[in-house]
Amino acid sequence: MKPLLEVRDVTMRFGGLVAVSDFSLQVTPGHAHGIIGPNGAGKTTAFNVITGIYAPTSGDIRFRGESVAGHRPSAIARRGIARTFQNIRLFRDLTVLDNVRIAHDAHARYSWPGAMVQLPSARRAEKETITRCLDMLEKFGLGDVARERAGDLSYGSQRRLEIARAMALQPELLLLDEPAAGMNSAETLKLVEFLGWLRDHFSVTLLLIEHHMQLVMTFCDRITVLDFGKTIAEGTPAEVRANPKVIEAYLGPEDGHE
Amino acid sequence: MTRWFRQPPPRGVLLAFLVAGLAACFVIEQFGLVDDYVRFVLITLGINIILCVSLNLVNGWMGEFSVGHAGFMALGAYLSACVSVKWLAWGDPLWMFPLAVIGGGLMAGAVGFLLGLLSFKTRGDYLAIITLAFLMIVKSGLENIPYVGGPRGFLGIGNHTTLLWTAVWTVLTLWAIRNLVYSRFGRGIVAVREDEIAANAMGVDTRKAKLAAFVVSSFFGGVAGALFAHQLQFINPGVFDIVKSTEILVMVYLGGIGSLAGSILGATAFTFLSQVLQPLGTWRMVILPLILVLLMIFRPRGIMGMREFPWFVPRREFPAKEGKK
Repeated sequence: MKPLLEVRDVTMRFGGLVAVSDFSLQVTPGHAHGIIGPNGAGKTTAFNVITGIYAPTSGDIRFRGESVAGHRPSAIARRGIARTFQNIRLFRDLTVLDNVRIAHDAHARYSWPGAMVQLPSARRAEKETITRCLDMLEKFGLGDVARERAGDLSYGSQRRLEIARAMALQPELLLLDEPAAGMNSAETLKLVEFLGWLRDHFSVTLLLIEHHMQLVMTFCDRITVLDFGKTIAEGTPAEVRANPKVIEAYLGPEDGHE
Repeated sequence: MTRWFRQPPPRGVLLAFLVAGLAACFVIEQFGLVDDYVRFVLITLGINIILCVSLNLVNGWMGEFSVGHAGFMALGAYLSACVSVKWLAWGDPLWMFPLAVIGGGLMAGAVGFLLGLLSFKTRGDYLAIITLAFLMIVKSGLENIPYVGGPRGFLGIGNHTTLLWTAVWTVLTLWAIRNLVYSRFGRGIVAVREDEIAANAMGVDTRKAKLAAFVVSSFFGGVAGALFAHQLQFINPGVFDIVKSTEILVMVYLGGIGSLAGSILGATAFTFLSQVLQPLGTWRMVILPLILVLLMIFRPRGIMGMREFPWFVPRREFPAKEGKK
């Protein structure tokens, strides 16, 4: 099958620092693809390059066969790549509903003069947005708090809202940056269930960065391993687990004296 | 009673208030029911509301800090004065004056577009400094154009700013900005304030949002300037200095950022306060900035900061009634 997202030899340099070098990745539609690697391996930088926050120094990024490298983040988001952030970035002072609406608005079509004089088409679109976003929140179990301030939600609800907000963009590919961060093992188990539901219910392809090995090994169809900005392994969970380079990256060289 | 105020008014109530208010303005003016001083203060109030709510779009909803609003006011004032005194002086004020006001707004809006372009690259303190520079450019620019009177000022402007026109423009401004704020464009502007990176990642074209905020804000700043010029009948570049901008800032941060009700409240409180403090003369300009300092320390978002009087919120924003899903 043709890959949904294809990253080809991407290098990202900040001055003298090479954060990611020759990073390549192919994400198959419908898969859950994991990116793992020790701290500072360049995982989040890879996400930021894919979503357009940084333009890659060299290399290409193709989404559905078209290059998106160096496009503006908002344009990439509208094409169908949504994301969450490692340290939750909600619009904290806005309501839960507004958080979801802002993402959903990417697909609204009315013009700004139309909005300013309240044309019937703009009003209708607004009402539809509210209905759809409330539905979306209902699905994520956030219907009751739709009009609460997002920053007032519990940590777990904020994480869920961030995913709901990303899904309101109606993406084909969802990038999750450490969705299990700060969760205990019981919560992580629930998260695996939730991610499975997300993938099946919205038929969305997932690309996730995660430190929680158990989650990655049980949930992901394929895994890419990064270390010092380089791709050191790629394959199914079983293949990756057996790869000596991966073991070395995580545990240090076998003949080490530490 | 309080519950009543937490919901949108029954249909038509707001419209009835509006019609009654505009009719009152017309009647007061026709029959000279109030003296010239009261009329002057009321017109000033309307102009201040327009200034306050339009600056609030950039400083409140978008969360930037522009100190250049008096510059947009100056552009609107001077261009409208040119229209009514020099270019269309033969015209009947009935159609010529609205044209002058709109022209002033468009002029300010066009320059606001340029300032919006600059805001792509800089934010926060640096953008504030740019707006300050803009204000100085406008002031010195006007001082050096003999056509509009240079530093001596622009004389002989007709007294066209009636109470009714002021009321009409005030309502129009509030209505347009309310509609914008409760639309996808307004939410984009607010998203820029909340988290620009997240806004971008959620498909908000933050450049367009910034341009929209600056253009609309400066357009209405220009409108206010046009009304101001035709109220005073004499303008000079010195009027539109940093002090004028500071006054608008005090209104915004007193009433509350990101709030229509706050803008009205701030403008009203400021207008009456500055009348009451009139006998203090120059000390007024010590007290008003002091208010700004105290506000920033104790209530940085203002009295109504980010809260709204429910009557100004579109009906669709309220949860559906029980039993109706």
